[in-house]
Amino acid sequence: MVTALVASRVSPGRVGAVIGRNVGALRSGPSYWIILVSGFFEPLLYLLSIGVGVGALIGDLTVDGRTMSYAAFVAPAMLAVSAMSGALAETTFNFFFKLKYMKTFEAVLATPVRPIEIAFGELVWSIVRGSLYTGIFLVVMVAMGLTEPGWALAAFPATVLVGLAFGGLGMAISTLMRGWQDFDLMGTGQFALFLFSGTFSPVRDYPAAVEVLVQLTPLYHAVELVRGLCMGVPGWGLLGHVAYLAALAGAGVWFASRRLARVLCD
Amino acid sequence: MADQPLIYARGLVKRFGKFTAVDGIDLEVAPGEAFGFLGPNGAGKSSTMRMIGCVSTPTSGELRILGMDAVRDGPSIRARLGVCPQLDNLDPDLTVRENLVTYARYFGLSRAESRRRADELLEFVQLAERAGGKVEPLSGGMKRRLTIARAMVNDPDLVLLDEPTTGLDPQARHLLWERLFRLKQRGVTLVLTTHYMDEAEQLCDRLVVMDGGRIVAEGSPRSLIETYSTPEVVEVRFPGMSESGARHAAALEGVGKRVDPLPDRVLVYVDDGDAALAEIQRRGLEPSSVLVRRSTLEDVFLHLTGRTLVD
Repeated sequence: MVTALVASRVSPGRVGAVIGRNVGALRSGPSYWIILVSGFFEPLLYLLSIGVGVGALIGDLTVDGRTMSYAAFVAPAMLAVSAMSGALAETTFNFFFKLKYMKTFEAVLATPVRPIEIAFGELVWSIVRGSLYTGIFLVVMVAMGLTEPGWALAAFPATVLVGLAFGGLGMAISTLMRGWQDFDLMGTGQFALFLFSGTFSPVRDYPAAVEVLVQLTPLYHAVELVRGLCMGVPGWGLLGHVAYLAALAGAGVWFASRRLARVLCD
Repeated sequence: MADQPLIYARGLVKRFGKFTAVDGIDLEVAPGEAFGFLGPNGAGKSSTMRMIGCVSTPTSGELRILGMDAVRDGPSIRARLGVCPQLDNLDPDLTVRENLVTYARYFGLSRAESRRRADELLEFVQLAERAGGKVEPLSGGMKRRLTIARAMVNDPDLVLLDEPTTGLDPQARHLLWERLFRLKQRGVTLVLTTHYMDEAEQLCDRLVVMDGGRIVAEGSPRSLIETYSTPEVVEVRFPGMSESGARHAAALEGVGKRVDPLPDRVLVYVDDGDAALAEIQRRGLEPSSVLVRRSTLEDVFLHLTGRTLVD
């Protein structure tokens, strides 16, 4: 019912035009390419330095009765992180800048495009960007023998879902941001998620209270889902993570388009 | 359609919290007309324009644009509008041409058609040789022209211009006026806000003066001058005016229909300038300079909205 309502109001052509603006930015010069390319390296550098480097000191790891190299444990987490950072970079920095300083959306809303179409378009674009990162990252993982090609293919759509969830969340947060100082806060939050979402050590090793707290946050679900697929151990439990991430994506887009309408159409 | 007004408003109100920006205005704009909103800052011009542009919802009242309901049919109305906002919101990430192509796509034009329109409009606003460059290095006048080109990309029936020439040098203003005049000749309806009286006289067939969210006067530039001012104004200066302004104003009382003392001169509103000069001489007054000029919209504007600075 909600889906039908949304579908009746959302024009794919106009969502496409919102995406087209970002393609236009790529066509307009090198500056956006540089931003795009630079975002790829961070998770890869962590994989090499911590996964492989620190992993050599740690040796193998046994989680849920399965033994793996430390790099194989960390790699899926870095894959989830790169899906997260790709989507967040697009929907926070770029989205906020377009909303607040460049007045891009103000110009767009003078046309037949609606706030929800802006939200969908920007979300899809953030997925395109995130998928570029995760696609290359998966190739690297297969090349390093950290996952099987078949499971890498299965993990790819999961990273798209991770991107959708963080893209929705990022947009929602952007509409609430007051200024650049809030980005420091967000950066800290993002870094905390990065460190404690079962990325570098199994969540079961945390104190019970912390474990519960971590299980409420989104990157944990992203890591668990992606890791389950990359390691080739799918289970019904993964559907719980899927549901969590899908709900986050939906809520984020809905909230962001409401806020856009309130901020720009008053 | 011909006799149906393009814009029809009755009792239009816009409130932001407790602040009333637009306080119940009635409007009718006919197809092909060039219609202006005049008024000091904070008069409610921009709020009215945003409601007409269907980006801001009226608090109450009726508003119909192009025969459609502004609240219910927003996207269909916006599809036929061109909007040139007060502050340029061109996209600095895009080239000049890409700004137009991208914008055309929001209206559902095909890529090929968007490119064709973009090139045609770049010619029209004389920016063809800047097509591949970024927006940033353009001068203020060029940015404005590009914004107007962008507003034309969907071949609109109605173009809204919020202070189109504010901040431009005289050459840029005249070029812009000339382009707007050409649009008008093509039958495009123009609605603009301005606080430049010469702009209103140049471009508008009809205008309203707004103050405090209400319409305080309405008519053609000529009829407004006839109604709210006299045909001529005599500007009289006296030596050492600043100390004795009030006395000089009193001495000129009765020379014309109305006397308006300013810090550096006294304005006397008269039907006949030469007769007024003779009267000043007859009274034995000794001004340091006297200037007779025709009444302008500025006289009307200042008379209606007062001389107090509004911010």
